[in-house]
Amino acid sequence: MTEPVIGILGAGKLGSTLARIATSRNLPTMIGSTHSVADLKWVIDTLAPGAISATSADVVKKADVIILAIPLSRYQDLDPAAFAGKVVLDATNYWKEVDGTHNHISDFTHSSSEVIQDWLKDAKVAKAFNHMGYHDLEIEVDRHPDVPRAMAFATDHDDIRPLVKQVLTAFGFDPFDLGPLRFGLVLEPGSPLFGEAIPRDQFEAKLDAIYDSPFGKEIIAKRGGPIK
Amino acid sequence: MTDTKYEFGLDTFGDLAFQDDGTPLNGDETLRQVIKEAKLADDLGIYRIALGEHHRPEFAISSPEVVLGAMAAVTKSIKLGTAVTVLSSDDPVRVFERFSTLHGLSHGREEIMLGRGSFTESFPLFGFNLEDYNGLFEEKIAMWQKLLEGKPMNWTGKYTQKLTDTTVYPKLPSGETISTSLAVGGSPESIIRAVAYDIPVVIAIIGGEPIRFRPYVDLYKKAAAQFKKPEHPLGMHAHGIILDDEQEAVEVGFKYIKAEMDRIGIDRGWAPMTRDRFEFEIDKGSYYVGTPEQVAQKIAHNMKALDMKRFDLVYGTGGQLLSQREATIRNFGERVIPRVKELLGGE
Repeated sequence: MTEPVIGILGAGKLGSTLARIATSRNLPTMIGSTHSVADLKWVIDTLAPGAISATSADVVKKADVIILAIPLSRYQDLDPAAFAGKVVLDATNYWKEVDGTHNHISDFTHSSSEVIQDWLKDAKVAKAFNHMGYHDLEIEVDRHPDVPRAMAFATDHDDIRPLVKQVLTAFGFDPFDLGPLRFGLVLEPGSPLFGEAIPRDQFEAKLDAIYDSPFGKEIIAKRGGPIK
Repeated sequence: MTDTKYEFGLDTFGDLAFQDDGTPLNGDETLRQVIKEAKLADDLGIYRIALGEHHRPEFAISSPEVVLGAMAAVTKSIKLGTAVTVLSSDDPVRVFERFSTLHGLSHGREEIMLGRGSFTESFPLFGFNLEDYNGLFEEKIAMWQKLLEGKPMNWTGKYTQKLTDTTVYPKLPSGETISTSLAVGGSPESIIRAVAYDIPVVIAIIGGEPIRFRPYVDLYKKAAAQFKKPEHPLGMHAHGIILDDEQEAVEVGFKYIKAEMDRIGIDRGWAPMTRDRFEFEIDKGSYYVGTPEQVAQKIAHNMKALDMKRFDLVYGTGGQLLSQREATIRNFGERVIPRVKELLGGE
């Protein structure tokens, strides 16, 4: 298989880290941000040499897989028409320092990635790269070269599952399919799975016990039962 | 300015400590203990002590300048700093008044490190909105820099008070200023902004292999060239325990540093630290835990690799026994700092 072109939107902590991982694994990588290409280029040439700095519009147009690494609360800045037919990996999380004290995007009844999918209605959204801290994306992967860490994903589009798995594998992870997008709620901040960089068997055990946790119990309380 | 090429200091957040028999110290007792420790650090010739501002149950220091004022009275030459002052949720005018007061009390040994606040408790506590996290910091750091000019202030802001020809007291003696640095984490944007502000940077490197921060160091240098701003010496901050017995240091670290990280992790959504990760942080990562020679080697190695001129060791993380805290301070001052300087081949 040829390597898909990775397009990253957002050049902050997460975006620059993902770009560095991608280029270190020789994946063709583009990155765009709200800064001008000239302002972005010298930063990216330093933090993720090899990644191509571009306008966000260019990234959306040219990349095969677009990773969202922007502040979640800015999702409405994305132009739904430009994303039509695109494969999108939503790596965003609600983070109060960035998105504000009150989370009005996701709650225990639906995940923030479902909100993104509703906004980018003609795109194929998968939730991925959410449950690991940006620093651990590099640290925990590199220090366990023989035991890849589980990276969970969720999507409603079966036709993109092979591509999502290919990308997560290429980044050095063991793709862990949670099923439809609504199941991605268990990857969000506050969940016992959030912050975990562990192998598949341990991840699976934690997932199995999710409804014993306060987070899981909240899901049951607010949804009237586990996610189905 | 300084008589040495490198600066080595101690940081503490005023973690509630324990008597050697395990009895916990309360906040009052911990504050008085920290004063004693500053006196010890001063006697040992350590360059600085810097205090964090927190508003949480496990830390006694919420008002660092008051504590620094008490330290000023019992110490002679040690620099008295913060690490950090959460400027975003404070009033820059009041911050200036407190530090210019400290300037007088300490004969100019005060230092301030500004931060955006990696802990966010201070925002609701003082009536600020996290929604304004960036705007507050941007505006207040600009106001701080104007205050440092020492002239009557004319100022209009969105989050701050309007000032017209206002002098802030006590005034600093002519030609003197408040030594200011800026704390940053792993955000490229923060590093670039620090360059634009022309304020020296201290990077918190508290997890993972320190060499991973080399791109950020390079970014700082490149940004300085790009903006035609001076390249200030860089500093780093990290946690450590220095005991004569390596295994004891490791176990103290696992008991206290891990517990502290896990407590903070509950609020931040980090997973609890595994033993394996903890040992990795000692072997290859960001914990300076071990014997004086081990810690000195590690500090020297990382300062060289990252071109650092300043190293601040956080001692007493998670509380620890008084004797353990004292051992770390003594070992740092008596054995580690001289050895690191020797290894770095400088003054």
